[in-house]
Amino acid sequence: MTITLDQTIKQKQQNWLAAILGSQTFWVLLSVLLACVFLSFATDSFATTKNLYNITRNVTFVAIIALGMTIVIITGGIDLSVGSVLCLCSMVLAVVMHAGYSIETGIAASVGTALVIGAFNGVLIAYLGFPPFVVTLGMLSIARSLAMVASNNTVVFQFGPDHDKLLALGGGAWFFGIANPVIYMIVLALLTGFVLRWTRFGRYVFAIGGNEHAATLTGVPVQAIKVVVYMISALSAGVAGIIQTGWLGAVTTNIGSGMELQVIAATVIGGANLAGGVGTAFGALIGAALIEVIRNSLGLLGINAFWQGTFIGGAIVLAVLFDRIRNLRQSE
Amino acid sequence: MAVLELTNISKHFGAIQAVNDVSFVLEAGQVVGLMGDNGAGKSTLVKMIAGNFRPSHGTMHMDGQELALHRPVEARQHGIEIVHQDLALCNNLTAAANVFLGRELRRGVGPLKVLDYKAMYRRAGEIFKELKSETRPRDLVKQMSGGQRQAVAIARTMLSEAKIVLMDEPTAAISVRQVAEVLNLIRHLRDRGIAVVLISHRMPDVFSVADRVIVMRRGRKVADKPIAASSPEEVTGLITGAIEQV
Repeated sequence: MTITLDQTIKQKQQNWLAAILGSQTFWVLLSVLLACVFLSFATDSFATTKNLYNITRNVTFVAIIALGMTIVIITGGIDLSVGSVLCLCSMVLAVVMHAGYSIETGIAASVGTALVIGAFNGVLIAYLGFPPFVVTLGMLSIARSLAMVASNNTVVFQFGPDHDKLLALGGGAWFFGIANPVIYMIVLALLTGFVLRWTRFGRYVFAIGGNEHAATLTGVPVQAIKVVVYMISALSAGVAGIIQTGWLGAVTTNIGSGMELQVIAATVIGGANLAGGVGTAFGALIGAALIEVIRNSLGLLGINAFWQGTFIGGAIVLAVLFDRIRNLRQSE
Repeated sequence: MAVLELTNISKHFGAIQAVNDVSFVLEAGQVVGLMGDNGAGKSTLVKMIAGNFRPSHGTMHMDGQELALHRPVEARQHGIEIVHQDLALCNNLTAAANVFLGRELRRGVGPLKVLDYKAMYRRAGEIFKELKSETRPRDLVKQMSGGQRQAVAIARTMLSEAKIVLMDEPTAAISVRQVAEVLNLIRHLRDRGIAVVLISHRMPDVFSVADRVIVMRRGRKVADKPIAASSPEEVTGLITGAIEQV
C-alpha cells in the first residue's frame, strides 16, 4: 500500500505514551512517588496526616514562585530577585497593616509593590537591553535593602485590626483540612498551565524563548510580553510573600534569602530549560515537591541536615542528566 | 497585470548610496530573479518593499495606489509577504504554531479567547498539501529537514491572500534534493497568481524557475529582461561588471 501525502500530513509522530516516557517531568514525578512510598515503609512518621500537611504546605511557597519563574525561564530569561521581592512584599504588607490599615489595603500595597518591581525589571531588560541576570541581581540587593528601610530592620508581628484575618488567610485550612496555601498553589498552577497552553500570550512566551529574532520578525510584541513576564514573576513572589506572612505570623528582613536558588532548582528539576523555550507549570510543582520531600525525608531518616545541599544538588544534576541522555540519543 | 510598480527608488544610509534610481514593475503570476553581488543593493531594495526601510526618494504604487510603508506589518496588510533568509522559525514549536506565529487562530467569546489548535492544525495541513510538501503540522520544527523548514516558512505567506512574496536566498543553505523541493514551492506560488521575487546567488535556480531576471550592481539596475532572452554567461558578466549594461 502506498502512503499518500494526505496520510503523511495527518500522521502524528509521537503517541502519548512515548511523549510521557520522554518527558523529564514524568521521571521526576515517578521518583517523588517512589520516595514517598519508600518513606512510608521506612519511617513511622512520614505517612502521618500531620507530616503530609506540613510537606504540602512547605512546598507551596517555592512552588508558587517557581510558577512565575517557569514563565521567565521559558522566555530564556532569569529572575534572581524573587527571594528579595518576597521579603519586600511581606514587609510592605506587614508595615501597612501594622500602621492600622485593613488587610485589603495591605494586600493592595503589597501586590502593587510587586508589579512595580516587575515592571522596572522588565522595562530595563526588554526596552533597554540589559541582561536579565544583571538587572535582577541588582534588584535582589535593592529589594532586600528597601525591606530593611521600610521596617527599620525590625521584626513585625502585630498586624493591626485585621491581624486574625491575615493569619487565617495563610495559616488556616478552610477546605477539607487542606492547608490554604496548598489550595492557592493548585489554583495558580492550573491558571499558569492554562495560560501557557491555551492563550496567545503563552504561545508568544514559548516563541520568544525559541527564537526571539523570529518572534520579532513575525510581529510578536516581544518587548511588551517580556515586561509582563517579569511582572508575573515578581507578582508570584509577592503572592507567596503575603501567604507566607499569614502562615508565619511574623516578618523579618531575612525571610526568602537564598530562595531564588531553590526556586530555580525546582524549575530546572521540573523540566524547564535555562536556554529557553521549554517548561511547564506542572513541572514547577513537581520540582518543588521533590526538593521538599528530600528535605523532609533526611530529617525523618535521621540523616544530618548538613547533607541536604548535597542531595538537592544531586537531584538537579540527575534531572538534567535525563534530558542530556535523551538529546544525545536524538542527535545520533 | 502590474501588481507593484517601483519608480525611481533610491535609498542612502548617510553617504552610502545603497540603491540608486531603480524602477521596475512586478507582474502577477511572474517569478522575478533578483541577482547581484554582495552589497549590490538587493536586500535593501527588498527591505523597502517589505516595509523594513523607507525609500529616500521615489515612489511605490500597488494596484494603482501609492504605497507608503512604515512597518513590516503594514506591508503584510497590503498582501506583501517575505520569507527571511534565516526563515525566522522557532525550533521549539510545531510546524502549525510556526505557520500561525503572530496570527494565531482563536475561538471563544468576548475577551476570553483560547488558541484554536484544531483549526490551526487543519489549515496548516491544507497548506502543506497544497504545497505538495510532506510536512506534518504537529511535528516540532527542530526535527525537520531543510526542505520542510522552507515549506513552513513559505506556508506562512499563504495564510492570507498574498499578492507578492519576497524570498531572500531560499536555497542558500539546503541540500540539492531539497533545492528542487523549494523551486517547486515557488512554482506553486506562481501558479496561484502571486508575484514572486527570488533573491539568489545561484544561477541554476534562477534560470530554472524565474520568468524574468533583474541584475543589480552597485545600487543600480543594470539589466531587466525575460530569462529566455538572457544567459548565465551574460548575467555573470552583468554581476561582475564585465558587461556594463543591457
